[in-house]
Amino acid sequence: MSDKQPPKKGPYPLVRVGIHALLLIGVIVAIFPFIWMLTTSLKSYSEVARGIWIPAHARFGNFAEAWNSAPFARYFFNSFFIALSTIVGVLFTSILAGYAFARIDFFGKNAIFILFLTTMMIPFEVTMIPNFIIVRRIYQFLHVSPPPLPLFGYTLLGQASSGWYNSYAAMIVPWTASVFSIFLFRQFFATIPEDLHDAAVLDGCGHFRFLTSIVLPLSRPAIVAVVLFTFLGSWNAFTWPLIITSSEAMRPITVGLSFFITDAGVDTQLLMAASTLTILPIVIIYFFAQKQFIEGIASSGLKG
Amino acid sequence: MAAADEKNSSLMTSQPLWTGSRKRYWKRTALAYLYLLPAGIVLAVFHFLPVLYAFYISLHRWRIRNLGFRGVANYDQAIHDPRFWGSLKVTLFYVLGTVPFTLGISLLLAYLLFQKVRWLSFYRTSYFLPYITSTVAAAAVWLWIFNPRHGPLNQVLSLVGLSPQRWMNEPRGIVKMMAAGLGMHVPAWAAGPSLALVAVMVVTVWHFVGFDVVIFLAGLGNIPTELYEAARIDGAGQWQLFRYITLPLLSPTTFFLLIISTIGAFQSFNIIYVMTAGSGAQLGGPLHSTTTTTIYLFDQFYNRVNIGYASAIAFVLFAIILSLTVLQNKWIGERVHYV
Repeated sequence: MSDKQPPKKGPYPLVRVGIHALLLIGVIVAIFPFIWMLTTSLKSYSEVARGIWIPAHARFGNFAEAWNSAPFARYFFNSFFIALSTIVGVLFTSILAGYAFARIDFFGKNAIFILFLTTMMIPFEVTMIPNFIIVRRIYQFLHVSPPPLPLFGYTLLGQASSGWYNSYAAMIVPWTASVFSIFLFRQFFATIPEDLHDAAVLDGCGHFRFLTSIVLPLSRPAIVAVVLFTFLGSWNAFTWPLIITSSEAMRPITVGLSFFITDAGVDTQLLMAASTLTILPIVIIYFFAQKQFIEGIASSGLKG
Repeated sequence: MAAADEKNSSLMTSQPLWTGSRKRYWKRTALAYLYLLPAGIVLAVFHFLPVLYAFYISLHRWRIRNLGFRGVANYDQAIHDPRFWGSLKVTLFYVLGTVPFTLGISLLLAYLLFQKVRWLSFYRTSYFLPYITSTVAAAAVWLWIFNPRHGPLNQVLSLVGLSPQRWMNEPRGIVKMMAAGLGMHVPAWAAGPSLALVAVMVVTVWHFVGFDVVIFLAGLGNIPTELYEAARIDGAGQWQLFRYITLPLLSPTTFFLLIISTIGAFQSFNIIYVMTAGSGAQLGGPLHSTTTTTIYLFDQFYNRVNIGYASAIAFVLFAIILSLTVLQNKWIGERVHYV
């Protein structure tokens, strides 16, 4: 949609050169930090200290050295585990809610929908502090006792004394409902023809069967968009995991990297190698799915 | 975004409300509530309740635990706290120094991209890359670019004959620095944002331009092409096309971006935190010159454990953001042309 152009043969050649020159300046500014990150990660310590721009030879060993100088394997595992669990949760809650809003007429529908949308207006800073307290006392609040035999140590569900503090549940559960995703699914489900539903009802098919066997197979683009944006948000999340984790073993990659930055003894080339590794999964996904990313963003903006 | 969504929602109801019997209607309602339950529980527990709870906390002396009711004393404390006012001033600099530049640059790039240029997707892909990058990794590399000793920026500056700068360690205001370069003196109130804060702003603009470009491109694609044709037949030049067709008809998109960027800038935290907490610099930059309200709030909450006070600050910030959104809606929203 965004590739639609005004009907004209295109600007004069000289103007076109000027346009490309401006656009290329933009590209250089946008890309330079990535190039600088990558080249620095391949330099030797003395090349960094002498301010050399291009290393004499690429030291790929820096990546191994960076990887081993902090528990990056654990950080990566944590980030992947948290992101994938969040995706499962978001898909479950928002497909159901999006379906209800799109295809069922019920009492209080518009009021509840608007109520859901208001959560997008609440700044994270307001909910951060109470959520910190709620999560730490989750078992007292819910009046339940935590699982007596911790399955994965205390990593999954925390413990009685400190609730979900420093556990995966704290970094997953609060983010398993996304109004943005509910909205996206609602918009998509609403485009599915009513005839399909009528036919399904004649075949004795209820809402749930209709949703799982007809609507979902048709909704691949929406599902892909939600998976991508949830992964992006979860992978790049920083403030909440920073305050809610206390042990090194529970840190996701962003928090791990931030401690690596703050750690005064770290060499710059290793820091850049670690930064490169941090953004690598997102960059790879982006290059394979950039169309979905950009269309997802564009369609969310067009609603405005 | 939310305001427009509400508008759509009332149009969505396609069937009459009472298609079946009363009983079937309530059965359907029960089923819908069942479907809403999982999302509803999470939203209630981690989004709605916390707002009420945060307000409750803000009315108490709350350190590691609740130490008793305090009324509005936390809010009163904020009003009389010079560092809180200082943080608001820094936030204002930050918002004014990022939002217009991000919008302006991305409108220019999007408009150029829209002129039937080749390699559109290459450009768009490049511009969007910073937006999907983790702000922590981005801050790490920018800190290194701004490094006063070996960073590439100072190398380039000395190459072209300019003096190297202290960047993230520079608390002096840029207006003051530029005036000093010309041998002039400016009073303290006109010193402007510190160079450290400007560096943070640059990174912020860099991070968000790609997002705005994509949205602007979508908005440009929505303008009916017949309008351009008609205007061209009437003899309109390129600038007139932009001024009298593109700008007015793009205004809903611009307005949407203005609102979400302003809200986003007021809440900005990650880039500032990582750029000022690392490399031996203190949180909030040299002489607190990059301590925005979010950074100050975080410092009060996390490092000083003044939880009640931090909650009061969070509510003041919330109130500021809400009233600005309402004001923007009222003043600018009336001038927006919808196609």
